[in-house]
Amino acid sequence: MSTPTAVALEDAKVAFRLGDGRVYTAVEKAHLAVAQGEFVAIVGPTGCGKSTLLNVAAGLLKPAAGSVKIFDRPLAGLNRDAGYLFQADALFPWKTALDNVAIGLEIQGTSRAEALPRAQKWLTSVGLGAFGGRYPHMLSGGQRKRVALAQVLIRDPKILLMDEPFGPLDAQTRQVMGNLLLDLWNADRKAVLFVTHDLEEAIALADRVVIMSAGPSSRIIGDWRVSLPRPRDIFEVRLDKEFHALHREIWSVLKDEVMKGYAQSTQAAEAV
Amino acid sequence: MSRPTLLALQILVAVVCIVLWQVLSTVPVFGKILLPPFFFSNPLDVFSQIVKWFSSGVIWKHLGITLTESILAFVIGSTGGVLVGFWFARQPLVAAVFDPYVKMVNALPRVVLAPIFALWLGLGIWSKVALGVTLVFFIVFFNVYQGVKEVSRTVLDNGRMLGMSERQLMQHVYWPSALSWMFSSLHTSVGFAVVGAVVGEYLGSAAGLGYLIQQAEGVFDVAGVFAGMFVLSAFVILIDYGVTLVERRLLVWRPTASDGRG
Repeated sequence: MSTPTAVALEDAKVAFRLGDGRVYTAVEKAHLAVAQGEFVAIVGPTGCGKSTLLNVAAGLLKPAAGSVKIFDRPLAGLNRDAGYLFQADALFPWKTALDNVAIGLEIQGTSRAEALPRAQKWLTSVGLGAFGGRYPHMLSGGQRKRVALAQVLIRDPKILLMDEPFGPLDAQTRQVMGNLLLDLWNADRKAVLFVTHDLEEAIALADRVVIMSAGPSSRIIGDWRVSLPRPRDIFEVRLDKEFHALHREIWSVLKDEVMKGYAQSTQAAEAV
Repeated sequence: MSRPTLLALQILVAVVCIVLWQVLSTVPVFGKILLPPFFFSNPLDVFSQIVKWFSSGVIWKHLGITLTESILAFVIGSTGGVLVGFWFARQPLVAAVFDPYVKMVNALPRVVLAPIFALWLGLGIWSKVALGVTLVFFIVFFNVYQGVKEVSRTVLDNGRMLGMSERQLMQHVYWPSALSWMFSSLHTSVGFAVVGAVVGEYLGSAAGLGYLIQQAEGVFDVAGVFAGMFVLSAFVILIDYGVTLVERRLLVWRPTASDGRG
């Protein structure tokens, strides 16, 4: 028996109309399936459209061609089964940490009296039990990400979409957050689509690593299975021999694309 | 610098100014009084005038009138500014159509409207309230408009992904954002409400601080004019302090410049 597919992008193409009327194709015919309970990381050079692909899966963006299926149903409008963790700060700055977490439930019609204790429980599980009364600007970047994680997870979405969520954090905090994410994920194993430019992070976290080519018109050019045992510890797993072998193998493909992407972005800068 | 030292220096400035004023307006320097009392009065006279106003109690009525006018102007102007600002920001077409007219009305120096308002609404408080409203409205309007338009794209998307309906987005995202912009202009708009009231009174009324100053000026009572100015300053400082207290309460969530973190 095969596990059901949580997210399926079928030949999804993403294009934008530019200001001067030309059409810019960000992603060409992306074909990607994330099974239930699977943790998939998308890695690609800057500007390859990996975040764009995530927005398509979220329903924030409509593909120009191809289709998106969520649990085998075509996606119309926003993806109600998904929780989205943004790269930039997305907390409501006028709400306290506790209210920011509780709002996810309150929107669904849960009473405030019922939502608050559950929000407190989630804050505690991301290690911020004592910070419920703080406003986002009183928290550090890492703490804000923890609140954002709790805000998304309290709704218990079946799918987690993450757009370089730990990108703005420093190296140590990223690893700590990675471990926290793995711990929380291990509890109920949601389907995860995790976008990052950091190959090491991708291998350490994911079951599968998907590589995209440099944009424009980028495609999926590689798909590796990571068979490192779980539960993993991000600090430890990086010392593993298998980790290194896999890293070398994927990097040999990714390196060319990174150089291409870099060359294109510098050329574009010179043209301007 | 420690707080007491700072306070001492601040008081010193006031003392020096007042003493200079008193000396120059009463003691001849090289046989000539530099600040003729007819034009400049002197601190003692001004002070005794203020004391007379307060001890006889006449000032309370005028203060009360000016305060009422300011509050009404502020409340009506802000409410209008918030509603219209919201409406324009959510309906780009409406905003585009009215844009030139909004700019035109805002470019008009509001003082010239005072005679019209006096004609329409009489010499009572409402002509002053109307003048204040025209000042307050635009400040609040522009701020709210900006506030709604500049809601962070990410925060908005986050609201959507968390499952907010349009109405919930309004309540949890647009509204707080617009209010925060309105409160950031609170000092300015409250200040302008007072300006509207006082200027209106000055140009034609039967009561209020502006009326008091205008009356004193009419009989060349310079001490009265200065006394009115001082009372008015103290009045505005008190109101401003009140606004600061309200602001501190309502905008706790906002980072201040002195915060270490961004």
